[in-house]
Amino acid sequence: MTAILEKPPVTPAPVKEPRDWRGPALFALVAVIGLVVMPLVLEPFRLGLLAKYLTYAIVALGIGLAWGQGGMLTLGQGVFFGLGGYAMGMHLKLNDAGDGLPDFMVWSGVETLPALWEPFRNPVFAIAMVVVVPGAVAWLLGTLVFRQRVRGAYFAILTQALAAAMVILLVGQQGLTGGTNGLTNFFEFFGQDVAADSTQRGLYFTVAIVLGVLFLGAWQLQRSRFGRLLLAVRDGEDRVRFLGYNPATVKTITFTLSAVMAGIAGALFVPVVGIISPALLGVVPSLELVVAVAVGGRFALAGAVLGAVLMGYAKTYFSEELPDAWLYLQGALFILVIGLAPKGIIGFFRRKDVTA
Amino acid sequence: MTALLEVRDVSVVFDGFRALDGVDFTVDHGELRFLIGPNGAGKTTLIDIITGLTKPTTGTVGFDGAVINGKREHERVRLGIGRTFQTSVVFEELTVLENLDLAASFRRPLLSLLARRRGVTEKVAEALETTGLGDLAKKKAGVLSHGQRQWLEIGMLIAQGPRLLLLDEPVAGMSADERARTGDLLTEIAKDHTVIVIEHDMDFLRRYASTVTVLHEGKLLIEGSVDEVRADPRVQEVYLGRAREEAAHDVVS
Ligand SMILES: Nc1ncnc2c1ncn2[C@@H]1O[C@H](COP(=O)(O)OP(=O)(O)O)[C@@H](O)[C@H]1O
Ligand SMILES: [Mg+2]
Repeated sequence: MTAILEKPPVTPAPVKEPRDWRGPALFALVAVIGLVVMPLVLEPFRLGLLAKYLTYAIVALGIGLAWGQGGMLTLGQGVFFGLGGYAMGMHLKLNDAGDGLPDFMVWSGVETLPALWEPFRNPVFAIAMVVVVPGAVAWLLGTLVFRQRVRGAYFAILTQALAAAMVILLVGQQGLTGGTNGLTNFFEFFGQDVAADSTQRGLYFTVAIVLGVLFLGAWQLQRSRFGRLLLAVRDGEDRVRFLGYNPATVKTITFTLSAVMAGIAGALFVPVVGIISPALLGVVPSLELVVAVAVGGRFALAGAVLGAVLMGYAKTYFSEELPDAWLYLQGALFILVIGLAPKGIIGFFRRKDVTA
Repeated sequence: MTALLEVRDVSVVFDGFRALDGVDFTVDHGELRFLIGPNGAGKTTLIDIITGLTKPTTGTVGFDGAVINGKREHERVRLGIGRTFQTSVVFEELTVLENLDLAASFRRPLLSLLARRRGVTEKVAEALETTGLGDLAKKKAGVLSHGQRQWLEIGMLIAQGPRLLLLDEPVAGMSADERARTGDLLTEIAKDHTVIVIEHDMDFLRRYASTVTVLHEGKLLIEGSVDEVRADPRVQEVYLGRAREEAAHDVVS
């Protein structure tokens, strides 16, 4: 086809786009702080706290992908966090129990190990389930709802209901799940004393590296054609259909990835904090992380991570100093951010020309 | 050889209101067809039926010899039916280039979408060139003017390589200069595509010697050459009658 409008023709030769080194440089800086500086300056207790916040940051990364990039406001990431956490917790309980039953089962009067638990003896199986179960649940949910064009507030409420249902299920099955107390009192983590400083230090590095790797993966995804497509689905799902793509597929894939991230985070959380229980994965913790992502900046993956870490520290600080104020402060912060600075904290640092 | 598009006896009822009423509409390979009619005639609804956005209450849509009633929107795009919208919808957060690239990439396997775009593919370069948006390639689509958005939409359509293009009022709201450029663009595209253009402005059609279909109140009024249609008393009634009413209204108010 020839040009018919007066504009000068473009040359089809690939335009070499200048590489922006600021992002990678910042990532390297944060990696050095995380992997070198923090382990040197923080005492074991503080390093453990940071490890906990970094597991939350992994969940937040998934929320950033699903919500910030894909427009799926998921208020139930705790479900996937919990599925990953329980898979890990079950393995650790069985490992500690040896030939016997996990302690809470004995207290609940359970006499034989439930069939569901048996395969979790195998560490490879347990670790596989950390990824497979949250992924499969999200995939199934996504396939069912996105095809029916359930979205926006309806999707948000559905995921929240799922979180509530998960808590009821866990609490109700005392003998199978440890009920309200959840799974706790772990002794050994893959041959190490889980409470030992050296183990906790190793866990910190593991969490930090997993977060770094998942961040790079999510970043790559965001910059890919798929990432552009995801933004397009967020901003005009109905229009995307007329580009020949099925938005339901794009959303299901992304939602599944975010669920897998939450599952991995839950599995890492268990040895770091030493417990997984319904209170850690219900409606409130799920919401708290969404608030954290909004505060940090949901349109940037780095914003999601930053928000989770900052809100983690803020929560610890305020729960120590002013326990009652935290809930209100959190709510106020959320309203402030949504109303006045929808791009969150990171929005103040980013150049105007950067896409999402 | 069968026609490319065969709409048979299509009716659409919205809450008891017949937006389309037993419409038959056939378009052959390579045609440039104009679909005209006053506001509310059902033109957009007919396009919605063809592209799957609206389901017909009765009747069938045939494309390339097969009935496609059961196909969803994106499946129809994959068959080669592309459209633009009356109020253009482009992705404002993406650059012009990214918008075009996304449109051009829908046949790629899903996994290959995980790679980054490197440079500009031939199809996208061609769309940039045809629409004259080359200088704006790196700009976010959100900054484009109304006319430029329409051109970008048309460019996205071309980049998809469709077999049938449906353009819903591409010149509405454009300046005289922009209309002329869009007209040139249409002529160019029509050389090697089958195109259906909706327009309710009769004057815009004067320059095209092609078939015109007139819709009125959900029914097909007449189909013929531009001259035949312009000379038809019923069309004059629909258009001129309306013009007279509007003139009368202006005098009164
Ligand atoms: N989704 C809908 N629900 C109810 N009525 C509709 C809908 N879409 C269109 N209509 C009505 O159908 C008639 C035809 O609309 P449309 O096809 O948009 O007309 P045109 O494009 O020819 O101006 C109008 O009266 C319009 O109000
Ligand atoms: Mg219309």
